[in-house]
Amino acid sequence: MAEEVKLLGFGGSPFSCRVEIALKLKGIQYEMIPQELANKSPLLLEHNPVHKKIPVLLHHGKPICESVVILEYVEETWKGVPLLPEDPYERAMARFWAKFIDEKCLSTVWKACFSKGEEQEKGMEEVLGLLKTLESQLEGKKFFGGDNIGFLDIVADFAALWLGVLLEVAGVDLLNDSKLPLLCKWIEEFNNCPVVKETLPPRDMLLKFFKMQQAATGPQYK
Amino acid sequence: MADSSKVTLLDSWYSPFGMRVRIALAQKEIEYEYKEENLSDKSPLLLQMNPVKKQIPVLIHRGKPVCESLIIVQYIDEVWNQKSPLLPSDPYQRARARFWADFVDQKIYSLGKQVWLSTGEAQEAAKKELLDTFKLLEGELGQKPYFGGETLGFVDVALIPFYTWFSSFEHCGNFTMVEECPKLVAWAHKCMEKESVSKTLPDLKKVFDFLMDFIKKQKANK
Repeated sequence: MAEEVKLLGFGGSPFSCRVEIALKLKGIQYEMIPQELANKSPLLLEHNPVHKKIPVLLHHGKPICESVVILEYVEETWKGVPLLPEDPYERAMARFWAKFIDEKCLSTVWKACFSKGEEQEKGMEEVLGLLKTLESQLEGKKFFGGDNIGFLDIVADFAALWLGVLLEVAGVDLLNDSKLPLLCKWIEEFNNCPVVKETLPPRDMLLKFFKMQQAATGPQYK
Repeated sequence: MADSSKVTLLDSWYSPFGMRVRIALAQKEIEYEYKEENLSDKSPLLLQMNPVKKQIPVLIHRGKPVCESLIIVQYIDEVWNQKSPLLPSDPYQRARARFWADFVDQKIYSLGKQVWLSTGEAQEAAKKELLDTFKLLEGELGQKPYFGGETLGFVDVALIPFYTWFSSFEHCGNFTMVEECPKLVAWAHKCMEKESVSKTLPDLKKVFDFLMDFIKKQKANK
């Protein structure tokens, strides 16, 4: 029943999109309740008083917060298309690389894209190193999850769209076939998946938004 | 079926992250080989097993490394699932446990370090946020003996090692935990009644002296 599952989210957020992709892969009907990032609704503050952030999944009225925690919840609650591997070691690997993306990659990319001059140069070197490390996990595979997209592909959604947009705004050519061949191929495959196409926001909208951010005072996004 | 393949833990005696893994292994009564790592002179084995972060703890099972303390604890829970479950079976309760363990990870280490190393207004702000963090955790604990309910669970394992840091926070921040967070202190004492905790956590004075020495060196380097 659609009314059982609600998502407090934001179409332009990679974290929110992760949850939408997962729900769609599982064939779960949900109601999206769009949130404004700058103007937090009473509903959001009620259901995520600790972090006051989207996404928040509401299932039978009970809130689940933090996108990766929500993904694990979706996986455990609804059978059907598996998001995580069955083998505990492979699951640990998927979780490790998801943590790597969230703790190292995202913040390094943000910082590098919104800095200038030498600081940006150094930052971009670090970004390239991290992305090369990440793409090594794609060796011999179509997706991080193997033949089909899984947990880690979903967590990596940032790389499929926001990364390229931010690099373009920063005027840095990093995401190309010679520097990151495996990642570039993955981006193409990932973006070709029907549920991904349905979910990710339009690129030109994101580009416009981040160009405005850069012209103003830097990343207000988070 | 209990897994009897060799288990090795690369760790450092004072690391609260390593303690999490040791407590989990003790709860499950898993025999393992402990290897003490000197983090200023990392062993070839550590660098080989955790080339990405080069950090302890690392669990080596069936020759394969698992890294990141909470990921290791979940791995242990999934492989040795016959006894002492650390995560509950209900998906919503599991999501809550993961959320609060992640909260511990996001807050305590970074705020704690600021209480140790900063001064004046910055230190006061960090101290306030750290105490707010502990009070939120007290709220989540509620009337339960453990975060896991009647038994030690995932959040207890994630948090209890930081009990070894309480006296250092008190000393640097000029407060007492028993005054500010009496419920949490009571909870810590309750955890210490469990052998898996009391035999794992190093002597509190030894940790305090070690941390004071570390803080002195850090401040001298600034």
